[in-house]
Amino acid sequence: MIVRELELDLDAFEGPFDLLLTLILKDELDLRELDVAGIVLAFLERLAERESLDLEACGEFLVLISALLELKARGLFPEEAAELAELEPEAAAEELARRLAEYRRMKDAAAWLRERLESEGGRFFRLGPAPLAPKVEVPLAPQDPERLAQVIRLLAVEPPQVSLAHMALRFPPVTQFLERFRAVLRRRSRFDFDQEVGQLSRVEQAVAFLALLDLRRTGEITIEQSAPFAPIRISRSGQESTERDERTGEWTVRSA
Amino acid sequence: MDSPLRLIATNPLDQLARTLEALLVVASAPLSVEELAEAADDHPERVEAALGLVRERYTEGRSGIVLEHVAGGWAFRSSRDAAEACARLFEKPAQRNLSQAALETLAIVAYLGPCSRPDIARIRGVAADSAVANLQERGLIAEAGRDDAAGGAIRYRTSPLFERIFGLESLSALPRLDDVGADAEQIRERLHEVAEKRTA
Repeated sequence: MIVRELELDLDAFEGPFDLLLTLILKDELDLRELDVAGIVLAFLERLAERESLDLEACGEFLVLISALLELKARGLFPEEAAELAELEPEAAAEELARRLAEYRRMKDAAAWLRERLESEGGRFFRLGPAPLAPKVEVPLAPQDPERLAQVIRLLAVEPPQVSLAHMALRFPPVTQFLERFRAVLRRRSRFDFDQEVGQLSRVEQAVAFLALLDLRRTGEITIEQSAPFAPIRISRSGQESTERDERTGEWTVRSA
Repeated sequence: MDSPLRLIATNPLDQLARTLEALLVVASAPLSVEELAEAADDHPERVEAALGLVRERYTEGRSGIVLEHVAGGWAFRSSRDAAEACARLFEKPAQRNLSQAALETLAIVAYLGPCSRPDIARIRGVAADSAVANLQERGLIAEAGRDDAAGGAIRYRTSPLFERIFGLESLSALPRLDDVGADAEQIRERLHEVAEKRTA
């Protein structure tokens, strides 16, 4: 006799025992809906049909059915298995009985609610909000279609094109100005920055200034400016000492 | 006493009764006596007396509209003999296809509420999340604060809609659950027998 092929005919399930186990393990059948006693009865009936006692089948059945019972018990009391394990058997039995009784009461209450739902099914009542007031329709002032067309025409005008000229800025090479300033300083011992680059574009002036800083870094020139925004004076290095006294005098006069 | 004038004399509460009828017909939820009195600008005692008149007028067998005391207030509903016609016009989504799990959860919330999902799971022995969400979506239960402990679970109670659908004047109209003491006693005895055998 093979336990797994035991045919079952229960409220919640009809078919072989192994299919039932598969369904339970896949969570497709709620174990709590299952009458375990029904399975035991089916097994005992099958057993009684036989003349000799099939001990192997009995053992297998006991293992399976006890696992099923444990699963069901855990399903009914999921988080408190540990809590209950600590109780004395007597106290645990009390607790279990109390809970089963409480659940039974709630099942009865649910049954009453179902009956009530059926007996009160003929009651219909208003649920949505009542139509308190008719919707107010705001009348529009008389409109001139010509004016509407005018306004739309204004909106339909293509927007002005945004200039992207600044995106393509070309910077002249710094070396160009380095050479130029060196050439100037070979002719003259000093010069005025604004005079030298005044006619150039803003970008060119900026690059020229960078060239100036570079020359200053390499020590080829000395840069002087008496006050913010005052003319920038450039002189060959080594001449500033004599020039400075002279100029200091000038600045003093100017600031006075 | 036999004066002919008496025949055309009207009940002094008639005018108030007519006002109450109007209030009840525009209301979308049951109205308490206090709410009716405030809207009608009259005394609650007189409103109650006038409600008696309205109730006589709107009873089963006499009118297609029935006045009932439900969910802590007064409301009109259809008469039972018009139920079939109403059913053809309207569905009842709130109470359609309530599962056993949903009904058990609803019973627990109605009898023991406000209670949390863990409370419900403890009694039913399975997680209550989907049943609670389902009932909340149907409008049969609603949130009612949290458990006292820090980070306490949300508690639920039944809604006025629950009382209306089940035709209850209030939650106290729920029947007392029959004492299942005998039943519990039997279970207890059986468990004791098992325990004794185990320790023996």
